[in-house]
Amino acid sequence: MAMAPQTLLDKIWNAHRVAAETVATPAILYIDLHLVHEVTSPQAFAELRARGLKVRRPERIVATMDHSTPTLPPDANGKRPYLDKATEAQVATLEANTKQFGIELYGWNSSNRGIVHVMGPELGATQPGMTIVCGDSHTSTHGAFGALAFGIGTTEVGHVLATQCLLQRKPKSLAITVDGKLGKGVTAKDLILHIIGRIGMNGGTGQVIEYRGSAIEALTMEERMTVCNMSIEAGAKAGLIAADATTFEFLRGRERVPKGADWDAAVERWSEFKSDAGAKFDREVVIDAADVKPSVTYGTNPGMVIALGATVPAAKDALEQRALDYMHLEAGQALLGEKVDVVFVGSCTNGRLSDLRATANVLRGHQVADGVRMLVVPGSEQVKIEAEKEGLHDIIRAAGAEWREPGCSMCLGMNGDIGKPGQLVVSTSNRNFEGRQGPGVRTVLASPLVAAASAIAGVVADPSPYVSEAA
Amino acid sequence: MKPLTHIHSRTAVLADENIDTDRIIPARFLTTTERTGLGKSLFNDWRYLADGSSNPDFALNKPEAKGCEILVAGRNFGCGSSREHAPWALTDFGIRAVFSNEIADIFRGNALKNGLLAVVLADADHRYLLDHPGIELNIDIAAQTITLPDGRKIEFPLEPFAKHCLLAGVDQLGFLLQHETQIAAFEQVRAA
Repeated sequence: MAMAPQTLLDKIWNAHRVAAETVATPAILYIDLHLVHEVTSPQAFAELRARGLKVRRPERIVATMDHSTPTLPPDANGKRPYLDKATEAQVATLEANTKQFGIELYGWNSSNRGIVHVMGPELGATQPGMTIVCGDSHTSTHGAFGALAFGIGTTEVGHVLATQCLLQRKPKSLAITVDGKLGKGVTAKDLILHIIGRIGMNGGTGQVIEYRGSAIEALTMEERMTVCNMSIEAGAKAGLIAADATTFEFLRGRERVPKGADWDAAVERWSEFKSDAGAKFDREVVIDAADVKPSVTYGTNPGMVIALGATVPAAKDALEQRALDYMHLEAGQALLGEKVDVVFVGSCTNGRLSDLRATANVLRGHQVADGVRMLVVPGSEQVKIEAEKEGLHDIIRAAGAEWREPGCSMCLGMNGDIGKPGQLVVSTSNRNFEGRQGPGVRTVLASPLVAAASAIAGVVADPSPYVSEAA
Repeated sequence: MKPLTHIHSRTAVLADENIDTDRIIPARFLTTTERTGLGKSLFNDWRYLADGSSNPDFALNKPEAKGCEILVAGRNFGCGSSREHAPWALTDFGIRAVFSNEIADIFRGNALKNGLLAVVLADADHRYLLDHPGIELNIDIAAQTITLPDGRKIEFPLEPFAKHCLLAGVDQLGFLLQHETQIAAFEQVRAA
């Protein structure tokens, strides 16, 4: 009997099912790759110690530190400028835990350290058809490689450490098809902001999104990662893009991918991980790429999105009014021209080499406006090394921006990189929640192009004049 | 974990939609390496004024909210980050149940693994609870019912395995560890 057509989600799910789901119990799902960082793991390691358990598959873990780490360099004595004792202790705890349990740590001395969702793909640890988890909601990033990748809590981090498995009910599937061509100056960030604006910040709850269509296929891997990264901002369990020639080219030759004949076999195996023609999704949304414009957020959740040149819409309810009040914005006003205090380029959303190139291309020959502070934080040590080879740091510094050490930095502000109450931050990160970048800080999410243009103009600005200059 | 079978408490209501995990516990409080002690920072930037004093307008600061174990929240509670510090902060504060008409996936999973009953109610039942803050509820987890002060019962869905773990006071890791043989067999087949 011919099998019914399957979705990519079905295929990955079925290939990792240790035990099938029953009415009484969830499925036991095998996890291929576990990414570990300092913030969401200490209590899980403590649980293992308390129960006398070992880590089942240390070789399936990639550990690094990114959230609490300072982004200023060490002093002459090699002392890192941690925010406080607690952040320093958290990193030291990860160092001790990985040592005790025999896990490789990409730590301070590693040229592969970085934001976990940037360095995992760089190492080639992220591969098509895998199941990947991390105690971090932006694990959805890895779905760009056709892997089922999702964020988990610390209790589940403990489950995976001890058993390499998770108990999971199968999520529903949502196909988002983007056909056509993105316009000039329209980036992957604009696309995902547009999608979240369209389906809402809870539009993906309980579902795994598969992004497909000609506009998705045309994206580079870095762009695909930007799109999948923000799936969680629509509430989705994960985002997926089927692996193709673009994926294989990105992975070829990376440290952790198979070599020689094994590489060819891997590509053949990976090529199977795509939705069959006629596969049924629980829900489908179609988006015309031509409708996507450079976009920014104007409120306090990632679903409050407008085109860059549009005016702030009227609040639909008290909650939206509260968001406008928090943002010091009024319905009917333009966001373009709004005074900017801080610009942040970085994060697992937009902290990769192409993002820094875009930033430098806009900044080249210009100055960050008086009174504006701009932080550019590479997503990883590798991104930093590559950017410096190209001289991007010189352009960024010459413009008056700060060139920092890799880490999560202002995306969540755990390490002390935050704004001051009331300041407006144009940020290439993923969340504009109240207080996310510091108490009272107002966040406008945008692409690196918009962020860099806004730094020069001192107000939220259209990058097109600078982009055409650069091109 | 202690078995959780019944909850008898008045409700506190936070009607805002989209209360994200950064609002439940801001990132600067995630530097701990412990599970405990987060209750004092729960809803920190909402609960305290800039000078550190208690915000009298915040629902959980009102005298009638003292000792409430049930939180009724607006749609899409717990969206955003995967930080388990959010349910840890709620339970440390004394909350044992969260009701909404939509709860973000990761938060809901985390909550249920920490003895925090996080369940989604039908829109009409949710609306009723939002509109009647401070009423006394009797929650029967085995029966999956909430009894209102007038005797009316509201039913709620609960994933059977999470229910079993709550009622028995057991965690899921024990169940996974019992499947060691199956896990090892799966690994062998895949390696072949």
